[in-house]
Amino acid sequence: MADTLKPGDAAELRDAVAWAVAEDVPLEVIGAGSKRGYGRPVEARARLDVSSISGVTDYEPEELVLTARAATPLRAIEDLLAERRQFLAFEPSDYGPLLGGEVGSGTLAGALACNLAGPRRVKAGAARDHFLGFAGVSGRGETFKAGGRVVKNVTGYDVCKLIAGSFGTLAVMTEVTVKVMPAPDKTRTVLIFGLDAAGAVATLADALNSPWEVSGAAYLPQAVAKRSAVDFVRGAGTAAAAVRVEGTELSVAARCDALRKQLAPRGALEELHSMNSATLWREIGDVAALLPAAGRAIWRVSVPPTAMPALVANVSARLSAEFFGDWGCGLVWLAVAPDGDGGAAIIRAQIAASGGHATLLRAPDGLRAMVPVFEPQPPALAGLTARTKDAFDPKRVLNRGRMYLGV
Amino acid sequence: MKMPAADEAILARRAEIVAALRAIIPGEGVIADAEERRAYECDALTAYRQLPMVVCLPSTTAQVAAVLNYCHANKVKVVPRGAGTSLSGGALPLADGVLLGLGKFNRILEIDFANRCAVVQPGVTNLGITDAVATDGFYYAPDPSSQIACTIGGNVAENSGGVHCLKYGLTTNNVLGVELVLMTGEVVRLGGKHYDAGGYDLLGVVTGSEGLLGVITEVTVRLLKRPETARAVLVGFPSSESAGACVAAIIAAGIIPGGMEMMDRPAIHAAEAFVHAGYPLDVEALLIVELDGPAAEVDELIAAVEAIARDKGAVYARLSQSEEERSRFWAGRKAAFPAVGRLSPDYFCMDGTIPRKRLPFVLTRMTEMSAKHGLRVANVFHAGDGNLHPLILYDANRPGELERAEAFGADILKLCVEVGGVLTGEHGVGVEKRDLMGTMFSDDDLKQQQRLKCAFDAEGLLNPGKVFPVLHRCAELGRVHVHRGEMRFPDLPRF
Repeated sequence: MADTLKPGDAAELRDAVAWAVAEDVPLEVIGAGSKRGYGRPVEARARLDVSSISGVTDYEPEELVLTARAATPLRAIEDLLAERRQFLAFEPSDYGPLLGGEVGSGTLAGALACNLAGPRRVKAGAARDHFLGFAGVSGRGETFKAGGRVVKNVTGYDVCKLIAGSFGTLAVMTEVTVKVMPAPDKTRTVLIFGLDAAGAVATLADALNSPWEVSGAAYLPQAVAKRSAVDFVRGAGTAAAAVRVEGTELSVAARCDALRKQLAPRGALEELHSMNSATLWREIGDVAALLPAAGRAIWRVSVPPTAMPALVANVSARLSAEFFGDWGCGLVWLAVAPDGDGGAAIIRAQIAASGGHATLLRAPDGLRAMVPVFEPQPPALAGLTARTKDAFDPKRVLNRGRMYLGV
Repeated sequence: MKMPAADEAILARRAEIVAALRAIIPGEGVIADAEERRAYECDALTAYRQLPMVVCLPSTTAQVAAVLNYCHANKVKVVPRGAGTSLSGGALPLADGVLLGLGKFNRILEIDFANRCAVVQPGVTNLGITDAVATDGFYYAPDPSSQIACTIGGNVAENSGGVHCLKYGLTTNNVLGVELVLMTGEVVRLGGKHYDAGGYDLLGVVTGSEGLLGVITEVTVRLLKRPETARAVLVGFPSSESAGACVAAIIAAGIIPGGMEMMDRPAIHAAEAFVHAGYPLDVEALLIVELDGPAAEVDELIAAVEAIARDKGAVYARLSQSEEERSRFWAGRKAAFPAVGRLSPDYFCMDGTIPRKRLPFVLTRMTEMSAKHGLRVANVFHAGDGNLHPLILYDANRPGELERAEAFGADILKLCVEVGGVLTGEHGVGVEKRDLMGTMFSDDDLKQQQRLKCAFDAEGLLNPGKVFPVLHRCAELGRVHVHRGEMRFPDLPRF
């Protein structure tokens, strides 16, 4: 790669992109680089390093909003929010270690661009649901903004949703505004032991369909549970399903009791309090610690929760695979041998039947260039995707090929 | 308020177009008769009316696709319509356009508790979804005031809110998937029963796109279990400042109420006279704060809210002692629009959002504006999320009053933007706020949004004249201006 451009502010960033448009130089857009391996290998001739565009510009705890420059470290934001007992409710996962990088090095805009969402997705939504507004530079080299600084806003198209999860292929964010929420005082987790995949889906549905405001619902088969740093999970010698409740001390205790009563017929129970809970849900959200350390391709599969048992049974029947489920088993993490197509055909055949999509989140570059990393789209949708790219980046200078070949 | 000029060539072909549409939709599904078309001449923004060229009422996705494909091929404009409850004129017809009503898509297709969702046709009412799952203890969370009449397709188009948004989100946070017909007649599915749609979040873009990007023919919504309990407290304050301070303090204490509504004196009096909710009449501002969730938590938090209210100078507080009483508290708020409507022959319901802390300033300025324009105003306010609904009272039969009401409304919305807020929190831009978009967005911002429209509707045939004050051709918008050789770029640090 020829050059790295490192703009110091939004105006320089605009000039850099405008230069790339004029000279037809496709750019790889990098914040901290913690998720560079997420997506297809980018077709780029220069690197656009936006890491200097950093710093919180406005935080109003009583308005529940925070505005920061794009590459502000996520950890700095989480620390700042914690001082006022607030947090990012979408619980951004840290895929750094999963992708072979450092712990805790991601940026705010990186979390938004990849639409990260941790276990709290089932209750609080994903990054997209907390993304209120931004300013940025389109692939046309033009500065524009969308959204606002208030939670309730339907003025114009919700371009924030589009930018969330666009992996830097439409625009480079320079400043973003997110919704923040009060952090819960207490967390408890109910563990249910010994369930098979079908039993886990039914049990987690039972918990999620209760009035107890469950904020995490995951299933770790025995082999995965053994890797947990939490004694109660690692030492159980069997599969563990986990259900989380958060809130005030009184409320958490009452809901935990109610859940234990409700779930008792499903299997043996255990209860985790704050420290162990935090460790377990971090492991589940960040993934790396629970799956084999290396040598496996890792798929992130989003399906209707009830489709999980058939998915894992069919994949396991044909490939050596390990898995665990988050989001009530609506999110399935699969680790398979990176041979051949890395399981793409088998996994995607299952998805064709159930609905959903599979992303090859970790694999060697060669495999990620050969196998569609994101779910291939039917022709009408692929056409719409390409036209959407053209609307923002007609010369395809931003992260070309990151999501789909040539897009 | 001007709409795009009607295309005389299209109007001249009206009989041929009607015949072609009749070939697609048999029977009663195509309405050409002027008297019958009259029912579609406006939505709930009744100040603006226009008879559509023809009305189509398809009942299948294939018919919708065929109608759009025909209109695309023949350059005929199309305006989609749900129940017609838009307060921003989103479904205002065009003289040379087809009005596409989705009312016949009124079936609930599937209820799937195991995956916590329901698949419904777009013409099902918002409340119809909740009614279908209520016996099993579930509900659909967004609850716009018009929920008895408004349809889920319209809710998706407008990204509708309601009084419980602060805790449960808007439509966009509660929709999992749609089937969408593009202007070409192509059918795409965005999302489904899984949590996150793959690829670009086009579902998120379509939600709130006001019928400009495609026609929704199926919706998958998230279902939630009813909270174990809900309790509401009515709190009266001697000033809007103290009520506003109470709202801020509740949020600062880490409490997110299920609903937190404020009414000013004119709204309180109108509502009380209309439904006798038991509101105090000697206060300047009234808050309804509702906590919902597990009983243990609700009891704890409602006590905390009462303590905060006392601390902030509340002169009246009453906690609901029964479901019946809680419903009565809400009855006044939910009837506030018609209640205020009784005071005046006509009213405009405005819909700006502001940062909560600016409320006292905005209310003071609004009182000044009321005097300036010589029109009364009453305020109801989704205080939790800063969404204001000033109701401007006027009489359309008095010369000049409509124009004054429009000017007053524009002043209020400009004020919302000036204090860091936005033009619309939940009603949409439509035609009502179209010409104010420039107060919030630059030319480049609006052009970028229109380029996105070009990706969905390159000919600009779907609901033109809404949202954007100036229409540009997609070819013009797509042109890239290259600044070769004139960049400051050479100064940029390189590594």
